[in-house]
Amino acid sequence: MPVINSEVLPVRREGDIVSVRQAVRKWAVEIKCSLVDQTKVVTAASELARNLLIYGGGGEVKLEKLQEGLRGGVRVTFEDQGPGIPDIQLALSDGYTSGSGMGLGLGGAKRLVNDFSIESEVGKGTRITITKWK
Amino acid sequence: MSSSVLATVISNGQEDLLKEWVQQQIQAEGMRRDLIKVEELTAQSREFLQRFQGAVGSGDLINIRSIAWSPVLESISDLSRQRGRMGFTPTETALFVLSLKAPLTRLLREAHKDDPIKFIDEITVVGELLDKLGLYTMEVFLQSREEVIIRQQEDMLELSTPVVKLWDGIVALPIIGTLDSARTSVVMESLLQRIVETGSEIAIIDITGVPTVDTLVAQHLLKTVAAARLMGADCIISGIRPQIAQTMVHLAIDLSAVTTKATLAEALKTALQRNGMKVVSSSAV
Ligand SMILES: Nc1ncnc2c1ncn2[C@@H]1O[C@H](COP(=O)(O)OP(=O)(O)OP(=O)(O)O)[C@@H](O)[C@H]1O
Ligand SMILES: [Mg+2]
Repeated sequence: MPVINSEVLPVRREGDIVSVRQAVRKWAVEIKCSLVDQTKVVTAASELARNLLIYGGGGEVKLEKLQEGLRGGVRVTFEDQGPGIPDIQLALSDGYTSGSGMGLGLGGAKRLVNDFSIESEVGKGTRITITKWK
Repeated sequence: MSSSVLATVISNGQEDLLKEWVQQQIQAEGMRRDLIKVEELTAQSREFLQRFQGAVGSGDLINIRSIAWSPVLESISDLSRQRGRMGFTPTETALFVLSLKAPLTRLLREAHKDDPIKFIDEITVVGELLDKLGLYTMEVFLQSREEVIIRQQEDMLELSTPVVKLWDGIVALPIIGTLDSARTSVVMESLLQRIVETGSEIAIIDITGVPTVDTLVAQHLLKTVAAARLMGADCIISGIRPQIAQTMVHLAIDLSAVTTKATLAEALKTALQRNGMKVVSSSAV
């Protein structure tokens, strides 16, 4: 799949989550996503960036602009070297949190985008990739 | 090479070196005489030279990241940040260290009058050393500029939450800004405080100015509503734009326990109704 453009943003502090949201918003606008779709992918990115910071101890967010035929897309990858997720099914289920959240972010993010994939190894880290197509 | 020569040369020629170096800095093109006084420059230079001499004495003239050099890096770091704040350019800032080259070269040439090869060897090492320190100056300078930018961004994002009294017992709290920083809970608490202070029965929290509503934002809102209720005030959340509403549904955020309205105007209408009032057109009266 042709990648038109890419950008890597570090997430080390709270303010970085704002930068991630802004960057994702900008790209979603560039591929001409509707306002609803922009909001969805920005919100999903916000959830995953915060998980990355809180649970993963920080890491990197990679943004890619995709072009497949006439269709544009934004792919965002969240990668940390944190503790990993021991039970992905459990983590994805609504209401499960190991912290003090609502336990809705991960499952919600999955529902807000077109493609969602998650790889995680305990003690090694977590990589989550989402794609929103126009 | 015998680093001791440099150390000795510096300690023997100290006062002269300092004078010449300061002179060099003042005369350098782009020196901001308007921003810094000669006395201050001399004091900074003297302090630096002392630390520099100490580090040179350690014998390591290659690795400026070693412990021996940390006092030197520290003083460069302070100077860089200070000059960055004062409005120096990166070049003007790096001149500090780089202009030490000429006077040091002169001292070394005198010390090695009879041994040009030795002189060249030594001046090469010293030149590289000062270049590294110059680059470090730039690095810190740029980093501190970035920090300033980040701080400015944060200030812009800082929440603003005015409390607007709309009617007896009805206040509106338009929230403008991002609602997911560490400060949010503090702001929410003071917001509750103001609901109590104004003795309001109904508080309309308007989130038209909140760009993203994710689970953390929702959690903050729900907690505030619950706390307000405990204090005897009912909350109405208004300004939930259609795209936000749709997103919240996907996030499975349950707002069914809260009264929500699309606009502040509708929320006001509901609030008035609850207080037994009704807004009617004057022709209907
Ligand atoms: N990057 C990660 N590294 C390790 N664990 C994670 C990571 N992301 C999520 N988790 C785990 O998955 C759980 C569920 O995440 P989810 O985002 O759904 O809920 P939450 O962050 O706890 O609360 P909410 O997002 O609703 O505020 C987390 O509590 C955490 O245990
Ligand atoms: Mg989460």
